[in-house]
Amino acid sequence: MPKIVAVTGNEAVAEALRQVNPDVCAAYPITPQTDMMQRFATFANNGKVKTEMILVESEHSAMSACVGAAAAGGRVITATSSQGMALMWEVLFIASGSRLPIVMPLVNRALSAPLNIHGDHSDGMGARDCGWIQLWSENAQEAYDNAIQAFRIAEHMDIRLPVMICLDGFIISHSIERIEYLDDDTVKNFVGEYKQLNPLLDVEHPVSYGPLILPDYYMEFRRAQAEVMTKVADVVLNVAKDFEKISGRKYGLFETYRLDDAEIGLVILNSAAGTSKDVIDEFRNRGIKAGLLKPRLYRPFPYEEVGEALKHLKAVCVLDRADAFGASYGPLFMDIASSIYPYKDKPILINKIYGLGGRDYLPEHAELVLNELAEIAKTGKVKTFKEYIGVRD
Amino acid sequence: MATPLSLKELSKKELLLTAGHRMCSGCGAPPVVKMVLLASDYPVVASNATGCLEVSTCISEYTAWKIPWIHNAFENAAATISGVETMYRSLKKQGKIDKEIKFIAFGGDGGTYDIGFQSLSGAMERGHDMLYICYDNGAYMNTGIQRSSATPLGADTTTCPAGSVVPGKLQERKDLTKIMAAHGIPYVAQASPSHWSDLMKKVRKALEIKGPKFMNIIAPCNRGWRSRTDDAILLSRLAVETCYWPLYEIENGVTRVTVKPKEKKPLVDFLRPQGRFKHIFAPENEWLLKQAQEDVDKNWEKLLREEEFTKPQEEAKE
Repeated sequence: MPKIVAVTGNEAVAEALRQVNPDVCAAYPITPQTDMMQRFATFANNGKVKTEMILVESEHSAMSACVGAAAAGGRVITATSSQGMALMWEVLFIASGSRLPIVMPLVNRALSAPLNIHGDHSDGMGARDCGWIQLWSENAQEAYDNAIQAFRIAEHMDIRLPVMICLDGFIISHSIERIEYLDDDTVKNFVGEYKQLNPLLDVEHPVSYGPLILPDYYMEFRRAQAEVMTKVADVVLNVAKDFEKISGRKYGLFETYRLDDAEIGLVILNSAAGTSKDVIDEFRNRGIKAGLLKPRLYRPFPYEEVGEALKHLKAVCVLDRADAFGASYGPLFMDIASSIYPYKDKPILINKIYGLGGRDYLPEHAELVLNELAEIAKTGKVKTFKEYIGVRD
Repeated sequence: MATPLSLKELSKKELLLTAGHRMCSGCGAPPVVKMVLLASDYPVVASNATGCLEVSTCISEYTAWKIPWIHNAFENAAATISGVETMYRSLKKQGKIDKEIKFIAFGGDGGTYDIGFQSLSGAMERGHDMLYICYDNGAYMNTGIQRSSATPLGADTTTCPAGSVVPGKLQERKDLTKIMAAHGIPYVAQASPSHWSDLMKKVRKALEIKGPKFMNIIAPCNRGWRSRTDDAILLSRLAVETCYWPLYEIENGVTRVTVKPKEKKPLVDFLRPQGRFKHIFAPENEWLLKQAQEDVDKNWEKLLREEEFTKPQEEAKE
């Protein structure tokens, strides 16, 4: 029987990790993730999990130890945020290039400088093209559900790739919400036994991990990695189907909210989607056809499916909680622009940067954006394609 | 029963680093690795820091390693093997594996003294059951002979070249072996391929001790040392005989010099065959030569004193 509880996002993900019961966990403290690994370490030290902890001296070593442990042949986790993810950056590519199914919650936080411990998406966006699968989560329930599904996706024999589960720092990680926990046995059966692939610990069949590959084969190797990415979406959907059977909760590659007949729409990740949905309801009550798309599988990005879902709109605003400093658009905007690019008739796109370093995203921000979109839809005229909102002049 | 450490018996054992790897001819590192692996009667899983040994032994579809082997990055051979070893403990506890396996990390001096130092220190402090082997050739040889913190005083490298104003490296080497001993780990040793029996005994002893172990092994590089290709073993012997590279071990806090040269040779005997020290024989650089000899003398005497005062009580009374 599912259990209804009131817990924080960090607590919910730690609970999912306890239920999955991995073989090895590397942990290093960083705000706002710290409390998740503290909780997990408490499970380990009280015999609630079989997991061996590696309490490393840095995130670089956390990911390095995860690579070693996963190559050895077992289920491996760690968790991080912000600067910690930045320090891991080198090894993130090695984990994915070596096709190791490591699972890592990323409690999204701003990057230095200036130092800021609060939530935005700079960390996850900075690592978006490192070959990991990224699942983003609106609330604690989605973070819990994504954490459980992540193992099935990562360890799928057609995939064998690491997975990052993104949730907003503080807003989700430290806020108490009502969520439903599955039974331990249900989670255990859903995730299943870990299947080894070329384990280092099989000393009878020695394998070499991490070769030097020069121009003669490097490109073939990279193409193979790119091809694996094309198989991820189907696996994510199949795992979601199975997950719906045990939880009653439905997941796709992204969520659409009142989008089918919408004329204007927002595209937004994670917690701010919740606030936006409320404002969309208000606009609908006033007879304005507004809708929303919230990506879940952000890497690999389902360009075709997202393009199909958005192509009929007149005007769309992509809201980014991170900027890409190239005097260009936010990272999510660039993906959305790519997804609608192939269509002859497509919505006008604008980009807003919001909520950096934990700045609140308020209903009035969504309202302003939706009013602007309604105007663009009517006139076809755009004043500014990209701007910061909720910021002092 | 353990294989006796005799040439006759060892020659019957399979070499676990095969021929056909692409290390330079005359490199000191492959004999070191072969000796380390020959010394073990247990199955070994190894990690390898980026460097000469790594890039030359596993290229595209070829591998010279007949043991399970993992290369992760430059600075994390210790953290990587700590992950492998932890998974081993986890699976063993769960009854999913029953073999006795040993875990060894290999790194050059750049990957150990410098960029991998934090990862090494962390792994040692955490107490993993592993042996870290540094093959020390005294510079970043893989990228083309750049100075590391293991580069000896006065040496000419590509980033501290012997110039008219700065005559090569002006700093003494970092004493990593002592720093590792200061971690309070159960076993630390220095070895040299010239003294193969001493080297292999130390490896064997290290593998029998539970917990983190560290060995620093000199590995001459003829490209970087500007020496003859057939001088690797000779030079490593001279390093020992001049007391530049003393052979000793520190086991549970007790220091023992395992090979004491009958006659301590002058440091110049070790320096002269190496082109990287050619300039320090010039009259204006005499002070460097003098300081280098003084450093060796100071460290050697300190080591002998350390051996004396760490001697167990009973032995000291005799």
